Amino acid sequence: MINTGSIFETIEMIDKQHLDIRTITMGISLLDCTAEDPKRCCERIYDKICRKAEHLVQTGCDIENEYGIPIVNKRISVTPIALVAGGCDTQDLVPFALTLDRAAKSCGVNFIGGFSALVQKGVARGDELLLRAIPQALAETDLVCSSVNVGSTKAGINMDAVAEMGRIIKQTAHLTADNSGLGCAKLVVFCNAVEDNPFMAGAFHGVGEADSVINVGVSGPGVVYHALQSCKGAPFDAVADTVKKTAFQITRMGQMVAAEASRRLDTPYGIVDLSLAPTPAVGDSVARILEIMGLEVCGTHGTTAALALLNDAVKKGGVMASSHVGGLSGAFIPVSEDEGMIASATEGTLTIDKLEAMTCVCSVGLDMIAVPGDTSAETISAIIADEAAIGMVNSKTTAVRVIPAEGKKVGDMIELGGLLGSAPVMPVHQPSAAEFIARGGRIPPCRV
Amino acid sequence: MNEVKAIVSVVGKDSVGIIAHVCTTLAENNINVLDISQTIMQGYFTMVMVVDISGCSIPFSQLAEELKLSGESKGLSIRIQREDIFDAMHKI
Repeated sequence: MINTGSIFETIEMIDKQHLDIRTITMGISLLDCTAEDPKRCCERIYDKICRKAEHLVQTGCDIENEYGIPIVNKRISVTPIALVAGGCDTQDLVPFALTLDRAAKSCGVNFIGGFSALVQKGVARGDELLLRAIPQALAETDLVCSSVNVGSTKAGINMDAVAEMGRIIKQTAHLTADNSGLGCAKLVVFCNAVEDNPFMAGAFHGVGEADSVINVGVSGPGVVYHALQSCKGAPFDAVADTVKKTAFQITRMGQMVAAEASRRLDTPYGIVDLSLAPTPAVGDSVARILEIMGLEVCGTHGTTAALALLNDAVKKGGVMASSHVGGLSGAFIPVSEDEGMIASATEGTLTIDKLEAMTCVCSVGLDMIAVPGDTSAETISAIIADEAAIGMVNSKTTAVRVIPAEGKKVGDMIELGGLLGSAPVMPVHQPSAAEFIARGGRIPPCRV
Repeated sequence: MNEVKAIVSVVGKDSVGIIAHVCTTLAENNINVLDISQTIMQGYFTMVMVVDISGCSIPFSQLAEELKLSGESKGLSIRIQREDIFDAMHKI
């Protein structure tokens, strides 16, 4: 029999350290749902999603009950809609977003991702229609998430798309201003987007994937924080080792849940995304992990090095624990979703510039950051361009999810609710990048 | 029928008849106890049982709820979880 200490260790991780499975995400291919008639295409999309994901939520709840491990979200990701709807005889893709929203609600999931386009090198007809539909689609739906890939290491950065995304983010913020710009929390601009990401808002089901697949995203900043409390004053070798061991345990649990969900749903198992995903709850913060390594406040000098160690150790520990690691995998630094980041940004130590540096070494990008409502579309595009450049040059995924808070200025707070948390409005640089963004064209890849 | 193992964990203030109480609930639902380990840690009653739920006469979620509620009335935290989660996290 497994020893009592181990059993209570696991129970304590779940009870007191916020250990949970963040999401079971079912990826569903919609490539076989195309039709010239947009209504017919939407019907096919709705039917396929409901057929495939009919038992997803119930299965998630069953596993949660039987194993005693919380599974916070059940989600769906689909083939980028730009690919599915590009051939439809219509100019308006908003009905496709409404269809996804309806299907997600019928299945009872928390989010559905895939109102997406991949335009790193150029914009096809479907992409153009999709980009145009994003602001209205996000304003009129509750559960739909959207993402656009504007750059890659191989293709370079599509600066026309970057310019367009600045305007789209502004417009989305405007249309959802009554909800603190919530639409922008469901919109991610990527460089090097991955095809098997289970986390929102950037999840979509890549074209290289199977017809349907189960991906699982684990969490657990609280567990790592707790483990590091016993490492006070120890050299970094010991810190890295402790993080690796903890990440291994967390990922093993994710792997078990993924395998079980896959078996029960008769759907192939895709990947485990071994990410440290924080929540706004106290004790579930990535920032606090960096602070327990010896930094007075997250965002001060040393933060990038601390995050580099954390991100690397999480990956190394998790790799052996799972048969297939994928998605984004690493430490997330979404400001509004992390109690420690909120505190540090509010007091002014954590700035957008520091966050940009941190994205060079972690698994995502500038995430869930509120900026003043009067920030220009060109400035937002320039922020996207900077992030995309970091991703392109370093062959890593980077992303931008910023929320222009209409009517708010630096120091105000916006409330997004639930796991999305609350965000202090952070300052951006005032000098203009408008002329830079207006050039358009493509930034060539650094390597050919 | 193949065994399906689950772990029942009980923590709380020690009192007369805890084991009898938990075992009665398990027996009523046709659950066989395979192993018990029990100790008092700092005045707290701590028990771990390995049980076979393959013959369980009610749905698992209902059983978990019954155990939880029956514990609450005695100031105990009682939970039942499939064994695999502990194996996954603590065995290589």
